[in-house]
Amino acid sequence: MSAQPTTTAPDLVNIEVDGKPTQIRKGAMIIEAADAIGVAIPRFCYHRKLPIAANCRMCLVDVEMGGKLMPKPQPACATPVADGMKVMTRSDKALKFQKDVMEFLLINHPLDCPICDQGGECELQDVALGYGRSVSRYTERKRTIADENIGPLVATEMTRCIQCTRCVRFTSEIAGTYELGGMNRGENLQIGTYIGKTVETELSGNIIDVCPVGALTNKPFQFKARAWELIARPSIAYHDALGSNLWLHTRRGEVLRTVPRDNESVNECWLSDRDRFSYQGLYAADRLHAPEIKRNGQWQQASWEEALSVAAEALKSVPGSELGILASPAATNEEGNLLVRLARGLGSAHVDHRLRQLDLSDRPVVARFEVPVAEVSQVKGALLVGSDLRYEMPLLNHRLHQAVKRGAKVYTINPARFGFNYALAGEAIVSPAALVDALLALAKAAVADGASAPAALADAIDGAQHDEGDRDAIAVLKAGKAVVILGEAAATHPQASWLRAVARFIAQATGAGYNELPVGANALGLGQGGVLPGNGGLDAQAMLAQPRKGYVLYGVEPPHDFADGAKALAALGAAQAVVAFSAYASPALREVANVILPIALLPETDGTLVNVDGLAQSAIAGAKAPGEARAGWKVLRALGGLLQLAGFEFDDLAGLREGITERPQPAHGTTLAPRQPSAVGTLVRLATWPIYRTDAVLRRATALNAHPINRPAAVRMNANDAMHQGLTAGAQVRVADTLLAVAIDPSVPDGAVWIEAAHDLTATLPPYGAAITLSKA
Amino acid sequence: MKATGNYEQVKHVDPLVVLSEHTRHHIDEWVAKFPADRKRSALIQALFAAQEQNRGFLNDELIVAVTKYLDLPAVWGYEVASFYSMLETKPVGRNNVAICTNISCWLNGAEGLVRHCEKKLGVKLGESTPDGRVYLKREEECIAACVYAPAMTVNGHYHERLTPEKLDEILDGLE
Repeated sequence: MSAQPTTTAPDLVNIEVDGKPTQIRKGAMIIEAADAIGVAIPRFCYHRKLPIAANCRMCLVDVEMGGKLMPKPQPACATPVADGMKVMTRSDKALKFQKDVMEFLLINHPLDCPICDQGGECELQDVALGYGRSVSRYTERKRTIADENIGPLVATEMTRCIQCTRCVRFTSEIAGTYELGGMNRGENLQIGTYIGKTVETELSGNIIDVCPVGALTNKPFQFKARAWELIARPSIAYHDALGSNLWLHTRRGEVLRTVPRDNESVNECWLSDRDRFSYQGLYAADRLHAPEIKRNGQWQQASWEEALSVAAEALKSVPGSELGILASPAATNEEGNLLVRLARGLGSAHVDHRLRQLDLSDRPVVARFEVPVAEVSQVKGALLVGSDLRYEMPLLNHRLHQAVKRGAKVYTINPARFGFNYALAGEAIVSPAALVDALLALAKAAVADGASAPAALADAIDGAQHDEGDRDAIAVLKAGKAVVILGEAAATHPQASWLRAVARFIAQATGAGYNELPVGANALGLGQGGVLPGNGGLDAQAMLAQPRKGYVLYGVEPPHDFADGAKALAALGAAQAVVAFSAYASPALREVANVILPIALLPETDGTLVNVDGLAQSAIAGAKAPGEARAGWKVLRALGGLLQLAGFEFDDLAGLREGITERPQPAHGTTLAPRQPSAVGTLVRLATWPIYRTDAVLRRATALNAHPINRPAAVRMNANDAMHQGLTAGAQVRVADTLLAVAIDPSVPDGAVWIEAAHDLTATLPPYGAAITLSKA
Repeated sequence: MKATGNYEQVKHVDPLVVLSEHTRHHIDEWVAKFPADRKRSALIQALFAAQEQNRGFLNDELIVAVTKYLDLPAVWGYEVASFYSMLETKPVGRNNVAICTNISCWLNGAEGLVRHCEKKLGVKLGESTPDGRVYLKREEECIAACVYAPAMTVNGHYHERLTPEKLDEILDGLE
């Protein structure tokens, strides 16, 4: 009897695990209590983020309740705690249970550890060593299972499977795609797709992590290295602004694979395939290993001294007012700040990172999410405005998916019926030309519900027609915790200023949080850091519409990274001096640039990215940049020093960071773009950046690009529009001067043609929202 | 078991075309027996109806059609269809002959009856006759007819106190 009185909160119970007293919430399972106090219980099927299956039986423990030992062992993962419970995980009986279960699990498991990729980091190996016998008593034949090809990302060796069903539960509960299942029964039970399909979820790589054995392994990493040869370095994902935390697994400076690093408030324990497999792009054939200079139309490798002096001369050859500086929206805070210093030193006010945005009339500066990522899974209602959220920010969509499973209602206003892995409560699918009108209808419903519209929007809202669906959506947003998410398909829209203003109004009128997806991994940090046009400066669009004589391209790949690729190529091509800081030398970049300075990519450099929650995350260089390529901030430092500009006197990263002063958060403007009347009968282009082609690294990630959700370039239109145009599926059609195949796609609304951007064939077509004329080839 | 590899072929099947009106009616009746959000409960009966419609076996197209009709993930249909021995996922003969070989029937001579059938039909247990008339079901377990053992079911109908002569008569009567 303990002399001390134990105070117990009403929703906590006292239990004892291996003699250690602990408290845990009611309804928790024994294994959670044990994990919380560091008592190891072996397990295979239990995973804290997945529903409980209790089918591996590895976590059997001895349980005593009310002074009486339970006659049979209990699975720790599926036995809820009760007050006064005593758990023995290492009693003779418990150890015997565990040893016997281990023997059963190993009966059909092949002894191929020497050729298995999981060897050395295998839960089965570890647990067998800790809890199993040293010899096998089983002499009969082992079962084998035919393999399946489930795509370019995950390798299968199903004979090794122990049927824990973690992958099955992952695809159903987390990915929401229900692609794997347990087929047949008894000793013939096997995990597979049955029908023979590629696992198409954008989160498929996580089944590699949850698999406790070598049944599901990393395909691009297959047979590359052993776990003990790798050094894990913490880093940050840089393909979307969620900023997932990850580990780079490197060997001699080369990234061999990427795995998630737990951070409950960002990516939990997951990682999207985009962030996991993009590292392949680091080692593309056109990665630059040395600076290059164009002399008389010929590209030559050069030393850094030569290249920097050529770059300095080029920059000095144009007046500051004629120099435009275009930065990648994934550039780090440090790089962004140095670009601003460079611009200031050279007398240019033309700096921008918002390259993919067409409408900058409201001087948009993206702010942090009003509903933080971790809270999105608790909302009761959500409105998605122009967002293919699943492919724009996979793990934010996962949070919303969890909210839907708890009963949240999600409404969308989209320029196409984008795929969601949960049921929508309502959707408005309209051509890009009608997107603003559709959103205004919703605003009208909010006004009808008592909100007062701001003067600038009042007339437009007044002219809109709302219906039952709009009223339902507004009611849901008002009813509880809710969020309005403005996606990339809205932010890159030609009338984005309207979409932003109306979406903000709806959020404010309903009390919902306003979450605008930044276009680019560090758009938030660069906006806060002032990588924006200065006083009288031109924005990214204006810099191309009113061509400058000189440009600095920082981590930008023309034409893919621009909203209007053709316009960008024309402006850059006509410029007399183009200095490119780039990791890659694509033919288009070689065409327009005068000098290319090879820079390191994020995994290879130190830098800070600001994520959607305003969280500044600093990455440290985890890999070596190839050849002579150097960290971008070092190259900028050298160039600034050579030009003898102010602000380039620091010696190291700490000195650079000291020079970054806090700026007041720039406010967005309120000017709206003129409304374009939507012409009847014309086809309008919907352009979205495909999930695996949003930046230069991704476009070179071979396994991702071989995945079926990376669709080939095509002109997608619905059957109705195709019929009016006299087109059939597969027909070749001419758009501008490019030949593309027609795909009949019922998700495209009337009046729209969906041509994804950033494919070689589509990058220079008329931009998002432009009228498209199709002519038969 | 290898994956069937039919994903592309059956991805877009229309349940209203693939499932006959009779089958759909049968499914609707079963769906009505459960709460509205528990359509999965009707899956076994729905697959069974589809199997009947197809004269004794399911194919990928039918399984997908059933799951679409019930608004369920297709993989749930594959799981159930491959789990239960009364659902056939490979083509079999149109008359399902299942001789019980569990203990009571076995003690009463079921093994001899199986051998008799195999000899008469020229196929082994688990195989179908080449003309597709009879499927000799593999290893049928207790069908709860022990009182009148040995027993068997033919297309779900019970035949009890079997003798070789009675078997001949029944098998010869199958179309």
